[in-house]
Amino acid sequence: MGSAALPVPRNLERFPELHPALDTQSALAEANRCLFCFDAPCTAACPTHIDVPRFIKKIATGNLRGSALTILDANILGLSCSRVCPVDVLCEGSCVLHRYNKKPIEIGRLQRYAMDHFYSSGVGLPACPVSDVKTNIKVACVGGGPASLACAAELRRHGCAVTVFDNRPLPGGLNTYGVAEYKLRPSDSLREVDLVRSLGVEFRRAEVGAAVAIEDLEKEFSFLFLGLGLGAMERLGIPGEDLRGVVDALHFIERYKTSEFDAGRRVVVIGGGNTAIDAANAARRLGAGEVHLFYRRTEKEMPAFSFEYAHSKVEDVQFHWLAQPVEILAEDGRAVGVRFQETRLREPGAGGRRTVEPVPDSHFEFACDMVIPALGQSRLAGMLQATRGIEFEGGSIVVDRPTGRTGNPKYYAGGDCVNGGREVVDAVADGKRAALAMVQRLAVGAAS
Amino acid sequence: MADLTTTFAGGIRCPNPFWLASGPPTNCGEQVMRAFDAGWGGAVWKTIGEPILNVSSRYSSVDWNGQRMMGLNNIELISDRPIDVNLREITEVKKRYPKHAVVASLMVDSKRETWHDIVRRSEEAGADGLELNFGCPHGMSERGMGSAVGQVPKYTRLITEWVKEVARTPVLVKLTPNITDIRMVARAARHGGADGLSAINTINSITGIDLDTLTPRPNVGGVSAHGGYCGPAVKPIALHLVQQIASDPEVGLPISGIGGIAGWREAAEFMLLGCGTVQVCTAAMHYGYRIVEDMIDGLSNWMDEKGFRTIEDFRGRTLPKITEWKHLDLNYKIVARIDARKCIGCELCYVACWDGAHQCIHLDGHTAPAAVEAASRARIVTTPIAKLDAVEAWDGKTPPTRVPRIDEAACVGCNLCWLVCPVEGCITMEPIDTGKAPETWEQRCQTH
Repeated sequence: MGSAALPVPRNLERFPELHPALDTQSALAEANRCLFCFDAPCTAACPTHIDVPRFIKKIATGNLRGSALTILDANILGLSCSRVCPVDVLCEGSCVLHRYNKKPIEIGRLQRYAMDHFYSSGVGLPACPVSDVKTNIKVACVGGGPASLACAAELRRHGCAVTVFDNRPLPGGLNTYGVAEYKLRPSDSLREVDLVRSLGVEFRRAEVGAAVAIEDLEKEFSFLFLGLGLGAMERLGIPGEDLRGVVDALHFIERYKTSEFDAGRRVVVIGGGNTAIDAANAARRLGAGEVHLFYRRTEKEMPAFSFEYAHSKVEDVQFHWLAQPVEILAEDGRAVGVRFQETRLREPGAGGRRTVEPVPDSHFEFACDMVIPALGQSRLAGMLQATRGIEFEGGSIVVDRPTGRTGNPKYYAGGDCVNGGREVVDAVADGKRAALAMVQRLAVGAAS
Repeated sequence: MADLTTTFAGGIRCPNPFWLASGPPTNCGEQVMRAFDAGWGGAVWKTIGEPILNVSSRYSSVDWNGQRMMGLNNIELISDRPIDVNLREITEVKKRYPKHAVVASLMVDSKRETWHDIVRRSEEAGADGLELNFGCPHGMSERGMGSAVGQVPKYTRLITEWVKEVARTPVLVKLTPNITDIRMVARAARHGGADGLSAINTINSITGIDLDTLTPRPNVGGVSAHGGYCGPAVKPIALHLVQQIASDPEVGLPISGIGGIAGWREAAEFMLLGCGTVQVCTAAMHYGYRIVEDMIDGLSNWMDEKGFRTIEDFRGRTLPKITEWKHLDLNYKIVARIDARKCIGCELCYVACWDGAHQCIHLDGHTAPAAVEAASRARIVTTPIAKLDAVEAWDGKTPPTRVPRIDEAACVGCNLCWLVCPVEGCITMEPIDTGKAPETWEQRCQTH
């Protein structure tokens, strides 16, 4: 599949943008509302520490290229972050205007305004320096998602040679395949990949560990950065899971983003995270008459962001609390319903989180023609599992946080495979920190 | 209830002191009558003289922080309508609005007979007074009129004398600010017999340059000429010049205040510096005649609140409070105080004091601004997952580490922090008892 095929044309109308772009006048008015805080809390709150007041003031002065470069300097995926970041809990959430009974600055939309200008201007990034000692240094970034892209871009900016290995037809990871279409289109993710490529990063489609042996990479490259993401979605572990009409949330999202795809008429989504919400909303937009989301705890414990939950209610997704599936019901090899059992919450345990227990004799059946489990992704680092001195904990790679360095000094890691699944901006921050740590180590090595 | 009726310069009566200044809003009788219907107490007619030709593209402005027309510049000349037509319309307006003030602004060649002629005809038409336009700084000044007269005290006096030889109504001289010491011209007008002064006319200006075409504004076929500046931006300059002539014992004439007046507050300020009436042009051009409603209403309410029955009750009250620097008390001391409960943590006071003042506002734990920012940027931040991560919560309060501390012993009381603080009442400047008797610079020079 070529990038020209994306987005799927029908998705353009089925998934109109959640937050329309600002026009010039409103961007100026909003930019001028910014107080230009010193040591701004928004900048501190951003995992990549974008200098927010600086880029906003550049919008106010009409220096849009300078604004965009300020963003991209800190965060090479400034475009996708402007669209997918949960700004309510990051930059905008920390805006001092909250404390003055005023609307926080719309930082996300202003960032998008600057990014849109940058990408439509056709003028790329300044050329990377041709470095001295570092040009002989080669780094392999394994995985083509945000963490690897950010790591690769930062390394190139410091003159290193970088190759990104990705096993998918298109790079970009979940930005290309897994983000709700009304937030970010795959074409925008691919523009960012092209931007990284324009810096001189090489992309190779290959399954590391299969087509490419990890030993060969170790020989060819000075360092390996692991931006592997997570594994497949967790399975429900109940009968009927492999029936037709059962599709996990990530596959569901990938399928509608890459092909003409219709949801069922009555859809059941199982789970209470942001991905469950994305899938439920998408099912509504893909034609489902009813979408029912079941979660075994309650609204209070649901891990999804509250703004995502609020949005989902607007999409008319119906929520059912305190129920867990025990079997998917079949007819002619197709899912036709789910048998649930009611649950209740136990008192909070040592971790502070309330666990659930099933209520005896409380089973009920719920008819549907599509089931979308969304229980989160499994932790994956299969080919490296407990080998090569890389330490794991709970399925996640253990790193030194400030540097991203693993137990094996040749390996660095970042993104979902380290943090268990967070935001694009967290992956970018990880990738950037790891790149800077590698560069610093090279500098120390060169000096000694 | 406040009484706004005014008698100005020995005989110009009007229902309130709000006049439209000579300019586009008073170009013809139809406009002036609508203005009177809206509530204006008087109008100074667009300057009458031998009809001129205008260019197209006549105005340009300075926008500030997303607000339009902080300052306005024009290169329009005096009336382009025949003298007869203007005078006939003055007659008509006076017939229909006998209680309103109509002042004829005049500008003709610097010949005695010509001035005698226009003065007689204007008064025969029914004008309540005359305003000699010795202030227009563009176009007409190249022809020896306008500010070319007003910049030379000798000419100002001479022409005022010619006018006074025949005038029966009060004669106002409109002063240009484009001069080193406005008192010289004001005194000359006085010696020439003027009954009052209007101040200020517009300030020489070039508002800006189009950075795409490198052409100055307003663009007249690719070039421009300097114009006259007015609007909110000029108010402080106008207030100073008005104070200069109002405090000068050699002048001692009634003043009609002009320059950046857009509402009752500015009007009150000009009156507190001695003005008996005020004139408005830019604000009426921006928003229309309707603005006078709040000028009347606001001034009346303020006067009621203050216990002023007539304008004479407060006119000039602030003049004694404006003195020379050498008479200021060197032992008067104020210091800044921050109300931590109101502080929103923008730290604008901190950086302003460090970079623009005396380095006496501190963030504890840091030595200088660069260290503050470096500490924030070094922090590793991760997007919080709702309900799972313990988020640093201040319940909408400013984290104590972001509230700056003022070193009162070092504070010089310059006001800068108070001026930049976006929160009302957060920073206050409070008097400190120095235990020393008041002493001015002049006194100190005499005693030491």
